[in-house]
Amino acid sequence: MAQPNLTSADFEPLHIDHAESEKIVGESTSYWKDAWRRFRKNKLALTGITILLLLGFMAIFGADISGEDYRTNDLMSTNIAPSADHWFGTDTLGRDIFARTWDGARISLFIGLTAAFLDIIIGIIWGAVSGYFGGRVDEYMMRFADILSGLPYLLVVILLMVVMGEGIWTMIIAMVVTGWINMARIVRGQVMQLRSEEYVLASRSLGASSSRLLFKHLVPNTLGPILVTLTLTVPNAIFTEAFLSFLGLGVPMPDPSWGVMTSEALGALQYYPYQLFFPAFFICLTMLAFNVIGDGLRDALDPKERK
Amino acid sequence: MAKYIMKRIAYILLSLYLIITATFFLMQAAPGSPFASERKMTPALEKQMEEAYGLNDPIHEQYIDYLVNAITFDFGPSFKYVGQDVMDIILRSFPYSIVLGLEAIFIALGLGVLFGVFAALKHNRFGDYTAMVIAVLGISVPSFIMATILQYIFAIQLDLFSVARMESFWDTILPALALATTPLAFIARLMRSSMLDVLSSDYIKTAKSKGMSQRIVTYKHGLRNAMLPVISYMGPLVAGILTGSFVIEKIFGIPGLGSEFVTSITNRDYTVIMGTTVFYSVLLLISILIVDLIYGIVDPRIKINAKGGGK
Amino acid sequence: MKKVLSVNNLSVSFDTYRSEVKAVRDVSFDLHEQETLAIVGESGSGKSVTAQSIMRLVPMPPGKFVGGSIIFNDEDLTEKSEKQMESIRGKDIGMIFQDPMTSLNPTMTIGKQIAEGLIKHQNMSKNDAHVRGVELLKLVGIPNPEKRIKQYPHEFSGGMRQRAMIAIALACNPKVLIADEPTTALDVTIQAQILDLMRELQKETGTAIILITHDLGVVANTAHRVAVMYGGKIVETGSVDEIFYNPKHPYTWGLLGSMPKLDNHGEELKAIPGSPPDLADPPKGCPFAARCPYVMKACGEHMPAYYESSETQKTACWLLDERAPKVEPPEFINVGGSKVHG
Repeated sequence: MAQPNLTSADFEPLHIDHAESEKIVGESTSYWKDAWRRFRKNKLALTGITILLLLGFMAIFGADISGEDYRTNDLMSTNIAPSADHWFGTDTLGRDIFARTWDGARISLFIGLTAAFLDIIIGIIWGAVSGYFGGRVDEYMMRFADILSGLPYLLVVILLMVVMGEGIWTMIIAMVVTGWINMARIVRGQVMQLRSEEYVLASRSLGASSSRLLFKHLVPNTLGPILVTLTLTVPNAIFTEAFLSFLGLGVPMPDPSWGVMTSEALGALQYYPYQLFFPAFFICLTMLAFNVIGDGLRDALDPKERK
Repeated sequence: MAKYIMKRIAYILLSLYLIITATFFLMQAAPGSPFASERKMTPALEKQMEEAYGLNDPIHEQYIDYLVNAITFDFGPSFKYVGQDVMDIILRSFPYSIVLGLEAIFIALGLGVLFGVFAALKHNRFGDYTAMVIAVLGISVPSFIMATILQYIFAIQLDLFSVARMESFWDTILPALALATTPLAFIARLMRSSMLDVLSSDYIKTAKSKGMSQRIVTYKHGLRNAMLPVISYMGPLVAGILTGSFVIEKIFGIPGLGSEFVTSITNRDYTVIMGTTVFYSVLLLISILIVDLIYGIVDPRIKINAKGGGK
Repeated sequence: MKKVLSVNNLSVSFDTYRSEVKAVRDVSFDLHEQETLAIVGESGSGKSVTAQSIMRLVPMPPGKFVGGSIIFNDEDLTEKSEKQMESIRGKDIGMIFQDPMTSLNPTMTIGKQIAEGLIKHQNMSKNDAHVRGVELLKLVGIPNPEKRIKQYPHEFSGGMRQRAMIAIALACNPKVLIADEPTTALDVTIQAQILDLMRELQKETGTAIILITHDLGVVANTAHRVAVMYGGKIVETGSVDEIFYNPKHPYTWGLLGSMPKLDNHGEELKAIPGSPPDLADPPKGCPFAARCPYVMKACGEHMPAYYESSETQKTACWLLDERAPKVEPPEFINVGGSKVHG
């Protein structure tokens, strides 16, 4: 190394302030703020949110825009391809597909959101109680969940629908009967993990009560995984609705859920593919939007992904 | 090992018992079922059912009869098709379903693992993004929509396949693809993240520090460990393929067990519904046992003869 | 003694999404046969990156060589292709890692993991590799090696796994063994056993060892020479006696002061105030200037030159300039005290 030209003045001792060097380099950000920053960068997830907002808007107002009614049969104008009068065309009974699509959106989204919401409520309570008390309580509660989830989800839902009959609410109930298990397992796992962590021990040793611990410390900390599971449960419920309706077990006539519309359009697939296209496209679009939001949330909330 | 399998079989029998019991009482509660008190049947069927189930016996005797019969896979006659036994219907249709199902599992596993590994090796590059965008699409497109899309493009527009026929292997390709789409996409994502985890693990560094080539490090050391989560997904995979077959067989007009099940639901053919449900449960529980045994072979850390469920 | 490895002015950087992190800056040292060189420093000082650079195990990208060379067998390792490196890794240079719990492949028997390298580098048959594997396990002190060789890593304890790691690393009699924090993840009693084992094996095989550690206790018992790293630079090198009993750099003083000793009853451990420099934007001058109690005007502006106070000891500190004020090392440093090694 080349020796720089130094003078004696360069060897004057300096006074340094150690407090200065202790200052933390870089700004510290809170968990949620940081997660939000990462989520905002995820263009795919933001697109998903935009799509969902649009779909939600159309589900509420869309059916009224075209001025057509979803249940009016017009046998003079059946199977019309998309045109200025009927933007998405008409079906084999002459009903306006545009109006039916947005009514279907209302039903599909309602079923998806309600089922997911009920799953979460039951799942959180079951999982939190099971995980918090542990031991024998935990064992019985989880064994019960194991037995319920031993069978394929759809098979159980189908059997329940056979017994309970068709209808929007029976469908929601059938979905919730086994749907909550996944959420309960996730919450339980989180609670078990958190229970052993020190800050919980600390607040317990300060005399905090069980219920206070559960809701002040554990629930906020499990919020991340719960949020992710929620966004991934909704598309699953929408899929189940479509699947059941497609089998003829779902939403009764004349209500147009997307599953019902796909099922009805199947017979005419060869000649009128557009009848299938619209409901199928919106099922996929909705599921896609929820899936990318769920992925985005998971990446944003998982501190391991921090860069 | 033998002890473990015995234990698992005992557990399977217990689950089956619960499932049979649950279906029996569900069907008792179903409106218009042969077991319900206000049933509507032709006199001929009434007589046949009376022989098979003893419909006028008290419920607990009916239940015990049903249990005994279920053990011998005797589910009595069909409620709708006079003269056909439930087991005949199952045995007739199941071969179609098993061919289709195995084909779909093969496609989902093979291509899913392939895409996942490919994406992981191209991490954060174009290939990775492409593969993962396709995977999200795959998860978002329900199998029955995939089936109609495939049918429309390849059978109707391009005329490469028949629309609804099940005669040769060629005819099984479209339905198997449709059935495999969602699990394929799921496996690809699972495989990618597990492969990324494994490739950044310490033992991969150790393998490299021994002078092993990139190929050996990736495939001999990485792949086997990265496969573990995929193997534990096999249970849900079998269940998914099984329920997926309900719609796929209907769309493609395949006379398999799935479409028989759907038909029995539309017809409210209760004996077939019960028989098929029990049959599906046996199938699923056995495949989960097999998957667990495979897992125990692949991962030496799992002690198969140890206590517990093996997971 | 013969020089086996020489690192000259090595600089390694990582491209992150924010900036270029200069993890290793202008580092030079030599390694001789039969010698153990300890590279000491706190986390983030660049010691592990230095070690992994020699093995070319730094993932590139994001890592990259900015300059310098690593000369081994008259060849520059920084210019080797990945394929060429494969025939050097494991054969001429072996490596053991910090955590024996995660550094062995869980789905492969110990025997296979040892045999792999033997089959590749020494063209052994599977049988010969197995026989040699048993020998190696016996050599590293694993009892009942015939049975152990067929077992999987999870059937081994932590100490046993590290022994197995050493067997793997030494399988092909490498000229250089790089041990990256080999005892950090182990219990204290096991630590001593592993260090003893490494010393014994070195006597038998003559392998030169680079020992990466943050623990000066490990250094005192094992190393012949020490290089102290700070902020991506070597701030002082010397024989182990020089570093422990005649250190010249204020950072080395700080390190020694923060090391617990048996005989300092009631004395407080002296932490070094402040935190290490941000290597994304390293200081122009001495990296330690911001934390150094003796800092002078020159320190912040100019990187000190190396002052040689003996044939083996070199220190990068302006305090050693004749124009600088004379500073005595703190009292706890036992200048000229009893030797570490006999």
